[in-house]
Amino acid sequence: MAGKATTDGPDIGTGRLAVAELAANFDDVKPPLDANQALIEASRCYFCHDAPCIEACPTGIDIPNFIRKIASGNLMGSALDILEPNIMGGACARVCPTEVLCEDACVRNASERKPVRIGALQRHATDWLFERRIQPFARAPSSGKRVAIVGGGPAGLACAHRLAMLGHGVDVYEARDKLGGLNEYGIAAYKVPDEFAQREVDFILSLGGITPHCCKAFGRDITLTGLRRSHDAVFLGLGLAGVNALRAEGEDMAGVEDAVAYIARLRQAANKASLAVGRKVVVIGGGNTAIDIAVQSKRLGAEDVTIVYRRGSKQMGATAHEQEFAQTNGVKIKHWARPVRLLGWPVNGGGKRHVREIECEYTQLDDKDRLTGTGDRFSLLADTVFKAIGQIFLPDPLRAGGAEPLDLSAGRIAVNDDRAASLPGVFAGGDCIAGGQDLTVRAVQDGKTAAHAIDRYLRS
Amino acid sequence: MADLGTSFAGIKSPNPFWLASAPPTDKEYNVVRAFKAGWGGVVWKTLGLDPPIVNTCSRYGAHHLNDMRMVGFNNIELITDRPLEVNLREIKAVKKAWPGRAIVVSLMVPCEEKSWIDILKRVDETEADGIELNFGCPHGMSERGMGSAVGQVPEYVEMVARWCKTHTRMPVLVKLTPNVTSILGPARAAKKGGADAVALINTINSITSVDLDAMAPTPTVDGKGTHGGYCGPAVKPIALHMVAEIARDGLCAGIPISGIGGIANWRDAAEFMALGAGTVQVCTAAMHHGFRIVDDMIAGLNNWMDGKGYREIGDVVGKAVPNVTDWQYLNMNYKTLASIDQDSCIQCGLCHIACEDTSHQAIAATRRDGKRHYEVIDAECVGCNLCMHVCPVQGCITMVEVDTGKPYRNWTTHPNNPMSKQ
Ligand SMILES: Cc1cc2nc3c(=O)[nH]c(=O)nc-3n(C[C@H](O)[C@H](O)[C@H](O)COP(=O)(O)OP(=O)(O)OC[C@H]3O[C@@H](n4cnc5c(N)ncnc54)[C@H](O)[C@@H]3O)c2cc1C
Ligand SMILES: Cc1cc2nc3c(=O)[nH]c(=O)nc-3n(C[C@H](O)[C@H](O)[C@H](O)COP(=O)(O)O)c2cc1C
Ligand code: SF4
Repeated sequence: MAGKATTDGPDIGTGRLAVAELAANFDDVKPPLDANQALIEASRCYFCHDAPCIEACPTGIDIPNFIRKIASGNLMGSALDILEPNIMGGACARVCPTEVLCEDACVRNASERKPVRIGALQRHATDWLFERRIQPFARAPSSGKRVAIVGGGPAGLACAHRLAMLGHGVDVYEARDKLGGLNEYGIAAYKVPDEFAQREVDFILSLGGITPHCCKAFGRDITLTGLRRSHDAVFLGLGLAGVNALRAEGEDMAGVEDAVAYIARLRQAANKASLAVGRKVVVIGGGNTAIDIAVQSKRLGAEDVTIVYRRGSKQMGATAHEQEFAQTNGVKIKHWARPVRLLGWPVNGGGKRHVREIECEYTQLDDKDRLTGTGDRFSLLADTVFKAIGQIFLPDPLRAGGAEPLDLSAGRIAVNDDRAASLPGVFAGGDCIAGGQDLTVRAVQDGKTAAHAIDRYLRS
Repeated sequence: MADLGTSFAGIKSPNPFWLASAPPTDKEYNVVRAFKAGWGGVVWKTLGLDPPIVNTCSRYGAHHLNDMRMVGFNNIELITDRPLEVNLREIKAVKKAWPGRAIVVSLMVPCEEKSWIDILKRVDETEADGIELNFGCPHGMSERGMGSAVGQVPEYVEMVARWCKTHTRMPVLVKLTPNVTSILGPARAAKKGGADAVALINTINSITSVDLDAMAPTPTVDGKGTHGGYCGPAVKPIALHMVAEIARDGLCAGIPISGIGGIANWRDAAEFMALGAGTVQVCTAAMHHGFRIVDDMIAGLNNWMDGKGYREIGDVVGKAVPNVTDWQYLNMNYKTLASIDQDSCIQCGLCHIACEDTSHQAIAATRRDGKRHYEVIDAECVGCNLCMHVCPVQGCITMVEVDTGKPYRNWTTHPNNPMSKQ
């Protein structure tokens, strides 16, 4: 390992690990099942009546049915059972926290504490179809209607695919230069290796009828007023563009990074050795983003990685499974503490500083269950501090060009069950809507639900 | 410790576990390995006249159930493909080295007295403990007028059994084919011909699967397939029935039975013995897992017998035979109801859907506080056992006897029976 002791300046370095080690670290964290493993796992499914797992899947995939088809060797039928309700069944098989979704509901938990590996089986069936480059869906005759979709993430793409199937023309406007949203820029690299996100985008677009317009920012290049005029309906799948502030003294100094932005760079880096990472890393936050940045830092070669979270293990947004994953990757999780102050090194004599140390205060719940500091403090040395304390919806682009305002709720777009927003013909889904659960699978369900509502709206 | 020693039609073995006549007993090498593992006896792979038969390439088919391999097994092999002389020499050597173990020699020669006289004389010289007449092989040999072609005709069975009894000092076992409408015909014929025992079942005519790419049955030999003999766990219920039929038949008059078919552990063996088998023979389970399975068979039978207070094999053999009856004598006033143990229920719903779709709509599916809840509707339950069998949790659904207060009544006296004797 390159690097010096942190006595005379920050220890930030690239290429901390050998190329082969980096490649292994960012390869498939859960390798696919081979045909025999899939058969054994599939035969563990009891084919429950009114299966609890179906209810636990936000997109309502008929899980026992697709598993039975794997067991009988009907992989085409199996993949269709998955992709019909969830066009991103391939991504979901890799990224869903199944331990709190379908697999949590599996009745095998009750009998033997070991659920059927639904996610792995879902991947087996969808991989089969992807490897054969089959597009199993067809478009209905053209309706002559055009829908604008803003945001090419899971919500936008799921909506686009279903609308195209239903016969409508679709334009997808995306600010970045690639479609995919957080599947492309946010999900941990080892969950979706081998360009999976782009392969899935290609699969979705191969249906036809969907025209992508990348590098088109809503609020800058296009406006809500303009889209409502040029299209018959609009779907907003904007995700969350802002990040919360740390509210700790010194958070502007160098070496303090937004975890989501860093992950986006990591995801786009062809050569992981080019990424600079501190020798000592502190991550602030308790969600999956915190886990992902901590583990990926470790896998880039950081020596000490500590997550600092202001509450306990149970309150963490990250599932118990994800917490354990971080810990087995050598990440330390410190609960019940919050950052108060960052101390830094002077940088090049100027007034700017680079983080050296982060001072934290222990926390507790008071008698009214409010979080308070105990007054006791401790310090951690840090060459890099990652902020992973939650993302927020930025509503400004909605108002660009003096558009009529959309109702918000809890800071996100307010929608009804149909995912219809407060203006006629405007729909929204995914992370940007109120009640959004910040899960890929939830975003897909929103996009699909909205597509059917838009279809009804356009045909009424 | 119970005494597992067995004396069967005069043949002694330290335990009732024999290997059936098949590939596991085809050579000295295998049989010695089997004896070292603890098997009480073997029935040597069937001998025939020279020149030896020729086997095909691709010989076995299998019925797999999901990840369970070889739930059923099938073969298109024939009798031994080694010269008679070699087999006889090896039999003699093994018997000499292992005098305490039973060696029975399986035979199949053309249906002429002279052929039998010749071969019996040569087997006699090996000092083997007995012979088993292979009247069961359902393929290859039957087309040549041997195997099941003999076993399916009671008159031939009787005739050959009588020849053998006349021309050898050794006990004669007749191995029966299940490919008949009633096993009693050939079994009674064996008895009539003087056989000392019957052994059953041999394999069942079968096609295990069809290769849908090659459009041919398996096992496939150069694009074609043929029916073969089925065995393994799947045939056990068929074999048990046939054994029981013979055990309770007056004309078979208690002829000793060597039970065969799907036996893989001590429990299977005990079931055959309870239905009247004095020894059991195993083929597929050994071909699947090797000879060491006998370890569990010996220890398991011993422990079970100790637990039940059975001291020797004779205490077990035939113990269940008096309880095998005809349907018309079953008590129509006996009633059970399904009962679901809610604490062990995992809410899979399989009992509900099975009863709802295919039986008596006697299990209600409801929700309690949002949780799935399955409950038996006593008034609709006919006590068929379906739910208990589909339930994946051992002991969760049980059938509970209900006192109807009514006396024993069977079909022969039932008012709905047009032939009622009352
Ligand atoms: C680090 C991280 C890890 C995660 N890991 C998981 C995981 O393992 N499993 C899981 O289920 N979920 C995970 N999530 C959550 C999941 O990625 C999101 O819930 C999901 O991507 C939401 O989909 P979306 O379409 O609503 O938003 P996004 O995926 O964010 O897509 C929004 C799209 O809109 C575009 N856009 C935004 N603003 C504009 C604009 N003004 N003009 C044009 N286009 C714009 C964006 O560029 C983006 O392409 C993770 C999230 C993060 C941040
Ligand atoms: C490959 C194979 C070859 C067999 N060859 C013979 C044979 O030569 N003579 C014979 O009497 N039975 C033969 N059998 C039948 C077995 O002895 C036995 O009766 C039958 O397999 C049922 O027992 P199991 O279920 O334990 O296998 C053969 C069975 C198999 C699988
Ligand atoms: S025993 Fe038969 S009828 Fe009774 S509940 Fe079970 S399945 Fe239904």
